[in-house]
Amino acid sequence: MEVKILSEHYDKPSYKSLDGYKELGGYEDLAKALKMDPKQIVEDVKASGLRGRGGAGFPTGVKWGFLPENGEPRYLLCNADEGEPGTFKDRLMMEAAPHQLIEGMIISAFAIKSHKSYIYIRGEYNDSIRSLEKALAEAYKDGLLGKNILGSGFDHDMDIYVGAGAYICGEETAMISSLEGLKGQPKLKPPFPAIEGYLGKPTIVNNVESLASVKYIIRDGVEGYRKHGTEKSAGTKLFSVSGNVVKPGNYEIALGTSMKTLIMDIAGGMKPGRKLKAVIPGGSSTPILTADEAMSANMDYESIASFGSFLGSGAVIVLDDSNCMVDMLGILMHFYHHESCGQCTPCREGTGWLNKVVHAILKGEAREKDLELINGISNHMMGKTICALSDAAAMPALSFLQKFRDEFEYFIKEGQSKVRGVGYAQMHH
Amino acid sequence: MFKLSPAGEEFVKKELTRYETKRSAIIPCLFKVQEENKGWVSPEAVTYLSGLMDLPEAWVNEVLNFYTMFNKEPVGKLHVQVCCNISCCMNGARELTKHLKDTFNVKEGEVSADGNVTITRVECLGSCGTAPMMQVNDNYYENLTHESAVKTIKELM
Repeated sequence: MEVKILSEHYDKPSYKSLDGYKELGGYEDLAKALKMDPKQIVEDVKASGLRGRGGAGFPTGVKWGFLPENGEPRYLLCNADEGEPGTFKDRLMMEAAPHQLIEGMIISAFAIKSHKSYIYIRGEYNDSIRSLEKALAEAYKDGLLGKNILGSGFDHDMDIYVGAGAYICGEETAMISSLEGLKGQPKLKPPFPAIEGYLGKPTIVNNVESLASVKYIIRDGVEGYRKHGTEKSAGTKLFSVSGNVVKPGNYEIALGTSMKTLIMDIAGGMKPGRKLKAVIPGGSSTPILTADEAMSANMDYESIASFGSFLGSGAVIVLDDSNCMVDMLGILMHFYHHESCGQCTPCREGTGWLNKVVHAILKGEAREKDLELINGISNHMMGKTICALSDAAAMPALSFLQKFRDEFEYFIKEGQSKVRGVGYAQMHH
Repeated sequence: MFKLSPAGEEFVKKELTRYETKRSAIIPCLFKVQEENKGWVSPEAVTYLSGLMDLPEAWVNEVLNFYTMFNKEPVGKLHVQVCCNISCCMNGARELTKHLKDTFNVKEGEVSADGNVTITRVECLGSCGTAPMMQVNDNYYENLTHESAVKTIKELM
């Protein structure tokens, strides 16, 4: 069953405008928050159990708590560089409800005592950029941004920064590098951005959905927010369901809802005559689940982790029995090779090797022992680099090979796909 | 010799003071150059822009070369980018790319003889629920069929 908290009004075109948003209760939670003690808001966000909705699932309030207690200027940076393959929820949020994000951001900025924020949006998202530019102008005109917001004495300025095409900029330190006008390369942690971020100043980087969710913690209170979800995975979350389902799309459900309900009921299930084969549960970086695993998993951080994978960004990629897993892995390895920033050797070289070996299998140029090469390279890429991109490439490689090894062995032996009965040339145009 | 329009130069001037440091203005200013230089950034445009911004040319080149949305070579009037990541490929994106290349008689990444079209495969554009899709210049076109994609491109020509 869908539980529409964030997405309650996404189907109403009027919700995009300030007037329409206000008619449906918009900015009432900001007014309420501005009368609270900022420290209390941080405590409430901690107590709500809200975890980062961008992929890492780190508790939002705990992240805020890392900021130094002094009065040093600090920045809030909204991560709207949605790029994890399979993910398209932030785009919906920015296009259907730009003021919801802005309201969540002003409340968050007030809580962490920040007077300047940026929304870093990927450059391809032109509709999101246009939507937020319009909404920001409306908010400024209405006194919701700028000096003395709603007479509270709190000042805050917000601006948009448009990226230029780089998956890695979704990683928070890479995003900061990019905002500073550098190549979008991650920086070594510690120091974490909350201590030394944008221009060396304390910076909090939160995902679009996380920041918008803060509004509902204020509206419903900690207990109200926790009414949905599980003890450790509180609240609702938007899931982007794509691939071979009848009704792909974004669906908001309570965390802890079964994956079976999400895929088979809400997203319409499989196409006629097709069977579920596998599910990538949280974006292309997360280890793949077999159909059996998927049908017994729940959509919360702990359940997916118990199957050795991650809830990630909430991008559920559903594969039916018509897909060749060697072919699918080839697509993913090409992606990670293309997106590696080149800074760390295990990632720069490893993603290239993985891409080459998987494509050698596809082209009929591989040997049986190359499967061990995939495992070996992947293991040397895990936990050895500045950021998580290297692991993000190795995890699908390891899990595809572990769970669908027969298809890889067949391809090497026969030079064609076990599932599709054709070779590389017929699959790649 | 490339030069921005007066409005373009005014844009650069404003961007230089919009952020905490001038360096942050490189991305938006490169987009402006690309927009006014028929969709790509030439080496001479980099020299010009770094002079206009009073920033080292190496800083501008560093940004230009890192990000995929900056074209370092000329593109057609319509830059057609077909997403070929996993969910799109599961829904026929590779077959669509081939159909478009055949229809418009152009090799991947090259400019068609009439200068109208460049077709490239790109990574995930966040349109996975409406696959297959393409981005033509600044706009997304989703839930495509071979016929609707060709029709869209022809109408935009």
